[in-house]
Amino acid sequence: MTAALVRAWHGVRWYLREFTGEARWDRYLEHCAAHGHEPMSRREFERRRSDALEANPIARCC
Amino acid sequence: MSGTAITGSSASGHSPAPPSGRRGSPGQVAVWVLVAVVGAVCWTVLALARGETVSALWILFAALCSYAIAYRFYARFITYRVLRVDDRRATPAERMDNGIDFDVTDRRVLFGHHFAAIAGAGPLVGPVLAAQMGYLPGTIWIVVGVIFAGAVQDLTVLFFSMRRNGKSLGQMVREEIGLVGGIAALIAVFAIMIIILAVLALIVVNALAESPWGVFSIALTIPIALFMGIYLRRLRPGRVLEATGIGVALLLLAIVGGGWIEDTGLGDALTLSKEWLVLALVVYGFVASVLPVWLLLTPRDYLSTFMKIGVIVLLAISLLIARPVLQAEAVTDFAREGTGPVFAGSLFPFVFITIACGALSGFHALIASGTTPKMVAKESQVRLIGYGGMLMESFVAISALIAACVIDQGLYFAMNSPAGATGGTAEAAATFVNGLGFDTTAQTLGAAAAAVQEDTLISRTGGAPTLAVGISQIFSDAFGGGGQAFWYHFAIMFEALFILTAVDAGTRVGRFMLQDTVGNVWRKFGDLSWRPGNIIASAVVVGLWGSVLYIGVTDPLGGVNQLFPLFGIANQLLAAIALTLVTVLLIKHGKLRYAWVTGIPLVWDLVVTMTASYQKVFSSDPRVGYFEQRQVYADARDAGEVLAPATDMSEMDQVVFNSTLNGVLQALFAVLVLVVVVNAVVVIARAVRAGQLPTTEEPPTPSRLVEPAGFFPTAEEKEALAEHRQLAGAGAGRTEAEEE
Repeated sequence: MTAALVRAWHGVRWYLREFTGEARWDRYLEHCAAHGHEPMSRREFERRRSDALEANPIARCC
Repeated sequence: MSGTAITGSSASGHSPAPPSGRRGSPGQVAVWVLVAVVGAVCWTVLALARGETVSALWILFAALCSYAIAYRFYARFITYRVLRVDDRRATPAERMDNGIDFDVTDRRVLFGHHFAAIAGAGPLVGPVLAAQMGYLPGTIWIVVGVIFAGAVQDLTVLFFSMRRNGKSLGQMVREEIGLVGGIAALIAVFAIMIIILAVLALIVVNALAESPWGVFSIALTIPIALFMGIYLRRLRPGRVLEATGIGVALLLLAIVGGGWIEDTGLGDALTLSKEWLVLALVVYGFVASVLPVWLLLTPRDYLSTFMKIGVIVLLAISLLIARPVLQAEAVTDFAREGTGPVFAGSLFPFVFITIACGALSGFHALIASGTTPKMVAKESQVRLIGYGGMLMESFVAISALIAACVIDQGLYFAMNSPAGATGGTAEAAATFVNGLGFDTTAQTLGAAAAAVQEDTLISRTGGAPTLAVGISQIFSDAFGGGGQAFWYHFAIMFEALFILTAVDAGTRVGRFMLQDTVGNVWRKFGDLSWRPGNIIASAVVVGLWGSVLYIGVTDPLGGVNQLFPLFGIANQLLAAIALTLVTVLLIKHGKLRYAWVTGIPLVWDLVVTMTASYQKVFSSDPRVGYFEQRQVYADARDAGEVLAPATDMSEMDQVVFNSTLNGVLQALFAVLVLVVVVNAVVVIARAVRAGQLPTTEEPPTPSRLVEPAGFFPTAEEKEALAEHRQLAGAGAGRTEAEEE
């Protein structure tokens, strides 16, 4: 029972982090580690990510 | 063949096969027979019940069973037989991954993104208005329409755009149908978008006018979003969940706070007329469009998305708990006679126009081409994302229909008839509603308003307040403890929040379209980073929808009554363009024998929209036909008379001007769509003669990704995933621990 709840919690947390794009930072760090790059700061990374949205507006429908 | 299409390491020429699946397993057969039987029973109850109490759950389960069967069988047929998805082909996301717009995304996450993008106010508002014809016509069209038209459109557009690196609808029409059709489609898309933005804003204005509680909570969403934006940029970059958590908490506080300020001086200051709200929205829309997205748009979008999904889930749960009884008739007299006060016209074609987004929405074609196709990991996932996402939207529409049908019907008509008809007071409204044949009294209407702590609910048109009353009733029944006023304003806030997000985003998209188009002749204007260009284009777009909004708000005949049909027809005409495109593509790809899959909904949609357009332009009933209405009012004006509901000569002028404008727009939309269709017929004729024609589809590239197709991986897919992981070593692929 607790195990199932813990799993469900991890699932929800994973989903929300993926959905909001928070998980991209982790993936970027992994990528840098795998390729031996020096990662940029989180602030810089998020700034670039949000500036990229400037030209790609999220479409919202009726 | 051993089975799944996802074991594709080689992209050899032989044709793909659908997953062999669990065909014939007795357990599976039994489950599907059971689903079919439950669905059939629910539909039978709905069809046969007359004059007795009918639980709303029959509608809910009729819909759910139908969706399940459609997804399992029809969507599968379209995906694997008609479109022939091929998981050995790399998707644009895999081939062109840049981490920005092309980005391999987990199918469940992309389902969420796509749903958040397509779901808005349309599926909530349309069914509420359509409830004037009773619950049955709406229910049938929402379910049948989504299965055979709406979800098919979303799925096929998504697929064809994905095979073309995520090209937009307009671009595909130009390249696959022709330049003339392409230009017509471009103008149509832009004009339709302006109307849609104006009508969405109109719904917000109608919901917030004279409601200090609502204005207070909605106004506070702006500083809350700004705070979140700064939080994410400067204080704790990237902690979106944290920021959203704080934002949602502040939002709930803002709703509660609205109740406190209501009877204070601040409350009086925030009791705004519709005209002031129009001004506020226009200024807001302009500012939001030129501000950087991180400051306002993105954080606001997080808030509205979480609120939206939260409310939908909450509504589904509370329907199950509260099990409300339907108050509306199955089919009202208005359906047969077309004399309903909410919107004019008979069941055919206007119920299909009014419901719009919950059954078939042309606007989705803009999302299904462009954003989503650039993020799909595997081709077979288009079934889950395109078809499944639209089924979910339809479910939202069904919930909204139920919410409108479980409230007292006297109240329903008092709220949704234009002020010109109800006279604006409880007494006059009660008399009017009694005249329609529904029981109510001035006291009942007053008590209903008092229960949600609004001054009045008379003629609160646009659907949002009605839905809010329905939701507040269902929530307070389900969770007990009263709180109807809180839930009412909670629902208003949630609708206004995501309508405003749609208005922000739509203005920005419109601005980009304008800059892009004008940029063809004036290079500098097309440069998105050129500040004056941004400002001019934003001002033009906001000015356009702002003017239509102002016209609607001040229309003596009622803005919703006059503009909603235009909005609905515009949306369905956009769907006609999208369905024309995919039908042409099926035929160009040599799949004439499957062209009925999109051809039948296309023909149906054309019949509906063209009948509706014809009636709105040529009908001799002044309640329906814009030009007849113009004539009647112009003649009276020239004779020096004032016709109700106009109260003076300037209002007479206004009616004449508005009906002319609406009629011209209506005719323009229909003609533009006909241009696209005629151009398409030429291409179809050529393609049929030639057997098939070359298209702009990208050549296949082998895929190296392994991902399941559906929400839950099948046993075979799990095996393939495990095998792939072993071969590639840890860290390859992006599949998660949750996959097991």
